[in-house]
Amino acid sequence: MMLAQPFMQHAFLGGTAVALAAGLVGYFLVLRAQVFTADALSHVAFTGALAALAAGLDARLGLFAITVLVALGMGTLGRQARPDDVVIGGVFAWVLGLGVFFLRLYTSTRSGTGNGSAGVSVLFGSILGLSASRALTTALIALLVCAVLVVIARPLLFASVDENVAAARGVPVRLLGFGFLALVGTTAAEATQVVGALLILGLLAAPAGAASRLTTRPLPALGLSAAIAVASVWLGLTASYLVAVPPSFAILAVATLCYLGTVAVQRLRRGSAVQPA
Amino acid sequence: MTGTFTWNLLADIRDMWAYDAMVNAFRAGTIVAVLAALVGWFMVLRRQSFAGHTLALVGFPGAAGAVWLGLSVTLGYFTFCLAAALVIAVLRTGGRRGYSEESAVIGTVQAFALATGMLFVSLYKGFLNGTTELLFGAFTGITADQVTVLAGVAVVVLAVLAVIGRPLLFASVDTDVARAHGVPSRVLDTVFLLLLGAAAAEASQITGALLVFALLVLPPATAQLVTARPGRSLAVSVGLAVLVVWVALFVGYYSPYPIGFWVTTTAFGAYALTSVLTGRTRSIPRRAAA
Repeated sequence: MMLAQPFMQHAFLGGTAVALAAGLVGYFLVLRAQVFTADALSHVAFTGALAALAAGLDARLGLFAITVLVALGMGTLGRQARPDDVVIGGVFAWVLGLGVFFLRLYTSTRSGTGNGSAGVSVLFGSILGLSASRALTTALIALLVCAVLVVIARPLLFASVDENVAAARGVPVRLLGFGFLALVGTTAAEATQVVGALLILGLLAAPAGAASRLTTRPLPALGLSAAIAVASVWLGLTASYLVAVPPSFAILAVATLCYLGTVAVQRLRRGSAVQPA
Repeated sequence: MTGTFTWNLLADIRDMWAYDAMVNAFRAGTIVAVLAALVGWFMVLRRQSFAGHTLALVGFPGAAGAVWLGLSVTLGYFTFCLAAALVIAVLRTGGRRGYSEESAVIGTVQAFALATGMLFVSLYKGFLNGTTELLFGAFTGITADQVTVLAGVAVVVLAVLAVIGRPLLFASVDTDVARAHGVPSRVLDTVFLLLLGAAAAEASQITGALLVFALLVLPPATAQLVTARPGRSLAVSVGLAVLVVWVALFVGYYSPYPIGFWVTTTAFGAYALTSVLTGRTRSIPRRAAA
């Protein structure tokens, strides 16, 4: 029934791929304590999209170009390509201000074409509005991100857990840091089209947080994180089809509930075990 | 709001202050700047920027929900920001699993809060322009009553901050040693998150939920580059924040671009200039702690 609708098919195709990428990237973000970086990049994506719109270009072009560039730029400001939180905060406060500037520029120079809500749709996404070709492109890029991540997963894991030992063993820690930031930037730009610039963080942080509470073994946790993210998108889309709530809200509500569920499970487990001192 | 700019600055200011709305905006802006600069200084020192940003964003669903239910927007901001501060304080597992666990909690709270705001907006139809305003601020719609509320809350927050200031500084710089000296660092953590929530709620009403950060992070970060001595650094932070807000309001009044853009640009300009001049990106060291 639901899947007979073409717009739902596109939403499922694009949403699944983005969730997969977000789940995998998110796990490393949580492990490396770089969630804040992803947060900043998702806001950069907002500015990038609006800047491109204001210049009359395709929003996706600005999205990818600016997000990945800023990701790499923030890497150069930090030690071993791990930006400091003050640097991140400072840069992205300003980037958001620029976003507002472009929003005003866009709505005032190109008004009358019914795009007053451009800012809102960039911020909160429009998964049900994906066209067939766009959904396909989104899926391909997301799968590419997943493939790259799987290839670098082992050295990246090593570098994330113990940077110094990894560096001593000849793992290119700095290069991996930059590569990872570029992947995060790409994921943020991708997900902006699906759940919106403001809400990506939920898909990145909640499934990964839940997974790392359930197991400490990295590979199962990685898979679990991706699975929870994909499940959130599926359940969320279904819920928003059945009940008239915005899809972005439904997706994030499911992801958040999963996270809260794992917190409860963990508390119960800890309660039944002998209380450690 | 756009006036006609002449190079006679005094006349310009007199012209601008002829409007009640602008006078209220300056009053509110000053109160918020002082509060954000002081609370933000501790936030930057404690490296809780991410938490501060999240608390600020939580104001958005608060305000949107309040509009939907027909309640006061100010009430919505404070309720949601303080509640989120408590949630973050309760959910983090007391530093046992370190920073990475905390950031997952904060990220989840933030995304869910924004999604809830989105839901409220869609429940309350025909609210699109209001959304942009809640996210990016509206300096000019501030009433005299709101200024009174802002001032009242600011006084309470600053009083609490004055009381816990010294132990908080100790606990922020070196958690373990402070704990060994009997400083109740967990209680301080929670109280500070609540103060941060209140400050973020205050600032949200001026700069909008997305741009609070410019006042909470940039002036304190700049001040900490200038001097490492807490007293002076706090003073620089306050002075800078007030200056940023005044310049932004003045320029914003005479230009067609949004005030939020000017606030962030002025603040970031000061930060970038200072870090180039001093050649550093961070000056107060913090001992690694859980």
